[in-house]
Amino acid sequence: MSQTKKEMLVDPLVDNNPITLQVLGICSALAVTSSLQVSMVMALAVIFVTSFSSFFISCLRNQIPGSIRIIVQMVIIASLVILVDQILKAYAFEISKTLSVFVGLIITNCIVMGRAEAFAMKNPPVASFIDGMGNGMGYGLILLLVGFIRELFGNGSLFGVTILQTVNNGGWYVPNGMLLLPPSAFFIIGLIIWAFRTWKPNQVEEREYKIQQVEAH
Amino acid sequence: MSDTQSPEPKGAIAKFLAASPDSVGKTIFIAVAVCLVASMVVSAAAVSLRPVQEANALKDKQINVLQVAGVYEPGIDVSEAFAKFEPHVLELSTGEFVDDKFDPATFDDLAAASDPELSVALDDDPAGIGRKALYRVIYLLRDDSGALDKVILPIQGYGLWSTLYGFIALESNGNDIYGLQFYQHGETPGLGAEVDNPRWKALWNGKKLRDEAGDLQITVSKSQPAAGPEFYVDALAGATLTSVGVDNLVKFWMGDAGYAPFLAKLQAGEI
Repeated sequence: MSQTKKEMLVDPLVDNNPITLQVLGICSALAVTSSLQVSMVMALAVIFVTSFSSFFISCLRNQIPGSIRIIVQMVIIASLVILVDQILKAYAFEISKTLSVFVGLIITNCIVMGRAEAFAMKNPPVASFIDGMGNGMGYGLILLLVGFIRELFGNGSLFGVTILQTVNNGGWYVPNGMLLLPPSAFFIIGLIIWAFRTWKPNQVEEREYKIQQVEAH
Repeated sequence: MSDTQSPEPKGAIAKFLAASPDSVGKTIFIAVAVCLVASMVVSAAAVSLRPVQEANALKDKQINVLQVAGVYEPGIDVSEAFAKFEPHVLELSTGEFVDDKFDPATFDDLAAASDPELSVALDDDPAGIGRKALYRVIYLLRDDSGALDKVILPIQGYGLWSTLYGFIALESNGNDIYGLQFYQHGETPGLGAEVDNPRWKALWNGKKLRDEAGDLQITVSKSQPAAGPEFYVDALAGATLTSVGVDNLVKFWMGDAGYAPFLAKLQAGEI
């Protein structure tokens, strides 16, 4: 391991962000970011699941048979997700109603599986835990950015507190309804990826093909 | 790990841990063990948190009843305020209470809608609900003197994307609307989901269901119908299909297939 623990935690935030660089976990990033509060809870849920699933999988990594390793990882991840879902239903009922199926879908979030398979199966528990937490935080950072833009300009509020008084409630701000619909997150995530890659040009992927230059005769 | 690769493991457990994880026996053992532990964790969480979750779901429903009746304020004691409401199980076809047949506190009329014995399939189904429960749980609110103040009736129907579930609150004469509110729907945010907008919900207050001839006149539409402004709620801008859905479902539930028998009894003063 050449990375220090701090690097493992900070690296996935910008330099190796699971959403902007690896473009994983987009589905839930589209669905839950229409308000900042929901994005926040989703981010915390994913951070919890990625860090603890990586930890437990890493603890068992020498005992997990290669032939069923994916299933064993899934069982551990799924149990943690159900745990989160149950806790949300018990202690954050309103938010769990909004998140509905998307908490359950953390199970299929590529980031969680990706870290389990790529990192936790080969590294000791503490390092895996930090790696999982870092990647969860990278995901959460983008979720909060997207949620901030969508709630502010789509609804005129942040965390449910009115910032821009909307016309429907007697104010001046005409909200951009499209920002509340899932497709808008595509545009925002695309713009964030563009911004990140302009800032850090080494994230730009090499072209897989080149348009051939044919000399004219 | 170095400890599992030590040359001579001692004891059965150490030997087992040191064995190759890819042997058949160990594969089965790990699969069973992981599943057992995971299922224990999950079921422990589910069982221990269930009372809190059920209390939440109940409180959520109670808050909605309080809101539609206009007695909800943030921070009030929900269960205490809700205790003033009298739940009854209503047989829709007769308009009679059948509280001796079902317990109003526990009867689940939404689950009943999918129970063949407690529901009917609808041929004429403008609200798009498929099956209708024969019994519904309704709430009566009495004022301090014991006189009937408001009636809260559950309603639901299909909008654009989703079934809207809500309550309508009527004054004690069974014809004046006090309020209407949906507690669950999946309509488009900013358009159809404006059914939750307090300014739109306020439009319902004071409207009437039927005219003097007893015909159901309440309408959600873009322009005022001939019947007059007291029967007219302005449709939501940019949400035609959600508005049509609300129009249909209110007409359905207030009509003969819905609460009309009960409302007739209410107006005759038999409740």
